[in-house]
Amino acid sequence: MKERIIEIIHKYHADKTRLMDIMLDIQDECQYIPEECLDILSKELVLSIADIEQTISFYHFFSQKPRGKYQVYINQSAVAYMMGQSDIIEAFEDELGITLGSVTEDGAIGIFGTADIGMNDQEPAILINKRVFTQMTPYRVRQLIDDMKAGKDVKDMAVKAPGSGKNSDPLIDAMVHSNIFRIGPLLANDYKPFDYLKDNLSKIKAESIVEELKKSNLRGRGGAGFPTGLKWDFCRKSSGHDKYVICNADEGEPGTFKDRVILTEMPELVFEGMAIAGYTIDAHYGILYLRYEYKYLETYLNDLLNRMREEHLLGENIAGISGFNFDIRIQFGAGAYVCGEESALIESMLGKRGEPRDKPPFPVEQGYLDQPTAVNNVETFAAVVKILTKGADWFKKLGTADSAGTKVLSISGDCQFPGIYEVEWGITIQDMLDMVGAKKTQAVQVGGPSGTLIGPEDFQRSICYTDLSTGGSMIIFNRDRNLLKDVVRNFMEFFIDESCGSCSTCRIMPAVMLDKLDKILHGKGVKQDIRDLEEWGTVLKASRCGLGQTAGNPIVMSIKNFRHLYNQLLNRDELKYNGFNLEEAIQESCQVVGREPVIDHGHLKNGRERPECKANGTHKPECPDLSGHKDFEHRATNL
Amino acid sequence: MSKPVIATTSLAGCFGCHMSLLDIDERILELIELVEFNKSPINDIKKLTKPIDIGIIEGGCCNSENVEVLRYFRENCKTLISFGECAIMGGLPALRNGIPVEECIKEAYLDGPTVQLNKDKVLPNDPELPIILDRVYPCHEVVKIDYYLPGCAPRADFIWEAVVALVTNNEMAVPYEVFKFD
Ligand SMILES: Cc1cc2nc3c(=O)[nH]c(=O)nc-3n(C[C@H](O)[C@H](O)[C@H](O)COP(=O)(O)O)c2cc1C
Repeated sequence: MKERIIEIIHKYHADKTRLMDIMLDIQDECQYIPEECLDILSKELVLSIADIEQTISFYHFFSQKPRGKYQVYINQSAVAYMMGQSDIIEAFEDELGITLGSVTEDGAIGIFGTADIGMNDQEPAILINKRVFTQMTPYRVRQLIDDMKAGKDVKDMAVKAPGSGKNSDPLIDAMVHSNIFRIGPLLANDYKPFDYLKDNLSKIKAESIVEELKKSNLRGRGGAGFPTGLKWDFCRKSSGHDKYVICNADEGEPGTFKDRVILTEMPELVFEGMAIAGYTIDAHYGILYLRYEYKYLETYLNDLLNRMREEHLLGENIAGISGFNFDIRIQFGAGAYVCGEESALIESMLGKRGEPRDKPPFPVEQGYLDQPTAVNNVETFAAVVKILTKGADWFKKLGTADSAGTKVLSISGDCQFPGIYEVEWGITIQDMLDMVGAKKTQAVQVGGPSGTLIGPEDFQRSICYTDLSTGGSMIIFNRDRNLLKDVVRNFMEFFIDESCGSCSTCRIMPAVMLDKLDKILHGKGVKQDIRDLEEWGTVLKASRCGLGQTAGNPIVMSIKNFRHLYNQLLNRDELKYNGFNLEEAIQESCQVVGREPVIDHGHLKNGRERPECKANGTHKPECPDLSGHKDFEHRATNL
Repeated sequence: MSKPVIATTSLAGCFGCHMSLLDIDERILELIELVEFNKSPINDIKKLTKPIDIGIIEGGCCNSENVEVLRYFRENCKTLISFGECAIMGGLPALRNGIPVEECIKEAYLDGPTVQLNKDKVLPNDPELPIILDRVYPCHEVVKIDYYLPGCAPRADFIWEAVVALVTNNEMAVPYEVFKFD
C-alpha cells in the first residue's frame, strides 16, 4: 500500500497545499485514511501529523476509521425529512440491524447522516459511494441493500433511472433531475458556447469589461451581493505575482441546488465566465471549488475542460490573444458548509481546515496562496457572459432599480413543482408561491437557514437585495408543518454541526439556544426565555463570518415572525425560568472531598451585608431615579 | 437626578474583562462623572452599600460562593449584565464540564504531574472553603440576566459605548470592528 500512497502524493508533486486532493484519492483507494498513511503523508509533505489530522477531522467525508465498502450518506435536511427521510433511515436500520452512524459487522455497509446534499427537489435522497440516489422509498432501500450484499457496483444497482436533461449524458449517468421549470435570459437556450470568448474578447480591454460590469449593477449571486465589477476592479488593481479566479460551487446552504443545475446544463457558460474573469484581472489560473456531494459531475466537467484545451479556449494565447494564458482545475471539498465562505474556501483549497480568515485583508488583496483572488458564485460567472454579450443596458432593464437582472431560484418544500425557476428580481413571494403551485402556505424560508422565515403577512414583499435577499434557496412549508419542531430545530442542528469552532460565540451559542428552544418545546419555557434567545442572537453577531453571525437566525426570525407559536408553548409559572439548584450542584464534589454538603452562609454575610434598600422592591427616596430605564435598556441591545 | 450606581464583580473569570474595562484609559475620568461606582475590584469597595442600577458580572459560576455573589447582585441590581465570554458561556473554566468532578479534583490535588507537596493526599474540605459545583454554569443559568456583552475580553471601546449608552439613555451604535470576536 505504501507505494500506492507515495504514488498518489507524487501525482500532486508532493505539494502540501494539495492535501485535500491527496486524501480524497487515498480514501478512494482505501475507503478511509488508515493510520499508517499519516506517517507517509507527514514525511513526504513535510507536515506534522497534527496538521494532517486536523484537516481530516474537519471534513464530514474524511474518516480515520473504516466506513464500509459501501458508504451510505443520508441527507439530513429539513425537506428530506418532510418528504419521508425518517422511513428511509428506519428501513436501512431495520434491514441492516445497525443504527445511523455505524458500519455492519462485516465492514460492508456503513450508514451515516450528512447535511443537505443539494437535492431538495427530489427528496428523500442519499449518496452511496459518490453516486446519488433520489426519490427513495423503503422498497428501494431494500433493493439497494440486496445489491450491496451481492457486492454489485453502485452503477449496476437495480435502483436506476435516467436523469433528466444532461444528467443522462453517459459521462454523468445519474438519476438526478434538473427540474428546470422556468427559464429566463440566463438559462435561455440561445447561448452559443464560447462565442464571446472566441470572437469578442480580443476586441475589448480589461478596463472596459470592468466598466461594463459596473454599469450593469451586477451583484454577486452567492448571497452577500457584493458588486461584481467593483470586486474585479479591486482584484485587477491589487499587486501580486500571480492572481486567481475561483468559482464557488460549494452550494452548501440547505435548499439551494441551482449551481448544480447550472453546472449540469450549461457548464460552458460558467467556464467561459471564469476565463473572461481571468482575462479581466490578469489571472492565469482558475479553480472551480466543487462540493464533494457533486462528485458525480467530475468526469463530465473534466471532459469539457479537456475539450476546451483542445480548442485553445484554455491554455496559452487563448482565442488568439497573445499573452492570455489561463487554465482551470477542479478542486473538490470534502463536506463542510462553512467552506462556502470565500476565505474558508481558500483555506480548504490549501489543504487546511476550512476556517474563515479574519478580515481584512480580503481575498481580492490576499487570497489563494496569498495572491489577489476573485471569488464568485457559479451564477455570477454565468451572468457576466450574458451581460457582455447583450450589454449592460439590456441587463439593467431586467429586475428592479437596485437589483438588476434575474435570479435562479431553487424552490423546494410543500409545492406542486419543486425545482429551478429563473425569475426577474422583484417578484413577490405570493407570485412565486402561485408559480410553483403552493397551497395553504404557512411560511417560506427565504435564503436558507441563514436567511429569514416569513409568514403570510410578508407574502407581498419582493425578492431583491433591498427587501428579501436570497442566494437562491426558497423553502415552502404548508400549514401542516410544525415549524419549531421540524424546521427551526433542524436548522439549528445544522449550524451546530457546521460551525468551524473558531469563535466561541458560534461554537457554543447555537447549542445553548437549541437547549433553550427544547425547554420551550417541552412546555417549560417562560417569557424571559424568549427574551434571552433574542439577546443571544445579537451576541452571535460578534462571530468572524456569516455562518456564526446568522446561526441564531432560525430562532430569531421565527420569534420575530411567528411569536405566537412560542407564546402558545409558554409556561405561565415564571419561577421555572431556570432549574438551577445549588444544593444539588454541590453534592458531588462534597462527596469526593469528604465534606458535609452544607453551605455556610456565614462567611458571606460577614463580609457582605445587605444594602439598605432592595432594587427589586418599591423605590425608596434615596434610590436614584431611573424612570427612563426601560427605554435605554432596549437601545443598548442594538448591536 | 443622582448618578446611576454601578457595581462590578469577577466570579469564575480571569479578571481580563476588568482589565479591559481599565483599558478605557483616561475615559475613566469621564465615566466617574457619569456614574457612581459602588462595590468593584477596581476601587476595592468590598460590599454593596446601596441599591445598584447596573451590575456587571465577569465570569461564570464554578463554586458555591460564585452563586451566592451572583444572587446577591441579582437581588440588588436593577439591571444585570453578563460581561464577557465566561459570564455568558462559561468560557475556559467550563472546559471541565463533561469531565466528572471526581476526576478533576483528583487530577488537581493527587494525580497531576505537578502535584508534589500533597504527601498526605489531602483534598480541600475545610468548611470555610467555597464548594465546587458539579459543573461550571454561565450566569444566565443561575439568575436572570438582562444584557450580554460578548468578547474575550470585550474591547474597551465596546464596554465604554455600552455603559455610556445605558446611562445616558442614548442609542448605541458600535461598528462590527468594535465588538467582533477576533
Ligand atoms: C457560511 C457561508 C457559506 C457560504 N456558502 C456559499 C456558497 O455555497 N456559494 C457561494 O457562492 N457563496 C457562498 N457564500 C458567500 C461567499 O462568502 C462569497 O460571498 C461569494 O462566493 C462571492 O461570490 P459572489 O459575489 O459572486 O456572490 C457563503 C458565505 C458564508 C458566510
